[in-house]
Amino acid sequence: MSLDFGLILKQMPDILSGLWVTLWMWIVATLLGAALGFLVAVGRRYGPAPLDWLLKLCVEMLRGTPFLVQLFLLYFGGPFIGLRLEPIPAGLLGLTVYAAAYFSEIFRAGFQAVPKGHVEAADMAGLSRAQILRRIILPEMTMLVLPQCVNMAIVLIKETAILSIITVPEMTMVIGAIGSQQYAFVDAMFLLAIIYWVLVEICGFLGRLAEARLSKFRFAAS
Amino acid sequence: MSWRLFDLMLWAAGYTVLLSGISIAIGLTLGLLVCAAKLSTSRLLSAPATVFISFFRGVPLLVQLLLIYNLLPQIGIMVPSVVAAILGLSLCTAAYQAENLRGGFNSVPKGLLEAADMVGLSPWQQLTRIRAPIAFRLTLPALVNEAILILKASSLISVVGVIELTRMAQNLAASTYKPLLFYSVAGGLYLVICWTLAGGGALAERLTRTHRA
Repeated sequence: MSLDFGLILKQMPDILSGLWVTLWMWIVATLLGAALGFLVAVGRRYGPAPLDWLLKLCVEMLRGTPFLVQLFLLYFGGPFIGLRLEPIPAGLLGLTVYAAAYFSEIFRAGFQAVPKGHVEAADMAGLSRAQILRRIILPEMTMLVLPQCVNMAIVLIKETAILSIITVPEMTMVIGAIGSQQYAFVDAMFLLAIIYWVLVEICGFLGRLAEARLSKFRFAAS
Repeated sequence: MSWRLFDLMLWAAGYTVLLSGISIAIGLTLGLLVCAAKLSTSRLLSAPATVFISFFRGVPLLVQLLLIYNLLPQIGIMVPSVVAAILGLSLCTAAYQAENLRGGFNSVPKGLLEAADMVGLSPWQQLTRIRAPIAFRLTLPALVNEAILILKASSLISVVGVIELTRMAQNLAASTYKPLLFYSVAGGLYLVICWTLAGGGALAERLTRTHRA
């Protein structure tokens, strides 16, 4: 067999619109997920014990089930409890909540990795809890959590492909549809794989670049 | 939900565990080979291993599955969809496990190897008695983690028509018009399996910790 991308590339406007949906949903879900995950991690660390348990249960449930099942529950089960969402909002909500669970664990580990002595010293120096979080813990944990955050972003761009199953018009769905129409499904999937591969490699490269730039935050203990 | 339907879900959960287990085992074997190639000093071996690892870790599993499932018949290989699904899962996990194993082999303390060299162990003895046991112990947590990831990722083979847990839930949800119930039950079963795996992994780690590097 020989690959022929010509037939597929003729539909460039469609491919670009799919790429655009993939990219914006990925970026928005990653940023919102990281923000929500950070709030969860802060809630678990500084909140009352019952809040910690409740959040832990939610996080473990999200981390212990496939993203596809979560999406199905949200998209097909949602309407039965009055949550009727279109594919794109449902996908965005699902991906964000899923991301938040993993990000919260990354940040939780980051909090724990900051040496206790630094926090105690800041406490003794009279810094408030918010100041300690902002001036001591956050800068020190940045270097620790950055590689894992980049890793999670890469996981998430791959998870966006699953959104095609609930008919979000992202890249996998668009290119798959073109492939079916042109009777060139395998060629289409090869092209799709290469596009994802390039995106993931770019993301990894940017992550390593950011790590090198931020290495001044690395502290002796790490 | 009647017990008969719950039995179907349980059966499908068992099938999911079976398929994931087979894929993990094949993936571990293949991952070892890829890891060996990647650690080789010959670029003829290490370059293809690098591309293999990068590709299968850089492409969504869903796309890999769709590609393999549709590619096989086109190049004249007629196999049931479950074989294509296992092949896809195995290739994907092999790439991740090769990286995990590489990390394990690279973290074997250099001093131990020097000591083994000094007492006259051959390179093969060093590999089988020192490097491999220590590397495996160091890789064990990552292996358990990978097993959990593959178990969850196996839900994606529902799209190529294999009736595992997710597909069973989909079918029953459609025929009974109770998606909330069946997807919750499916989620619950995945949770039970994942937590069991995580618990078993923690136990195995404790048991193998007796003589650690």
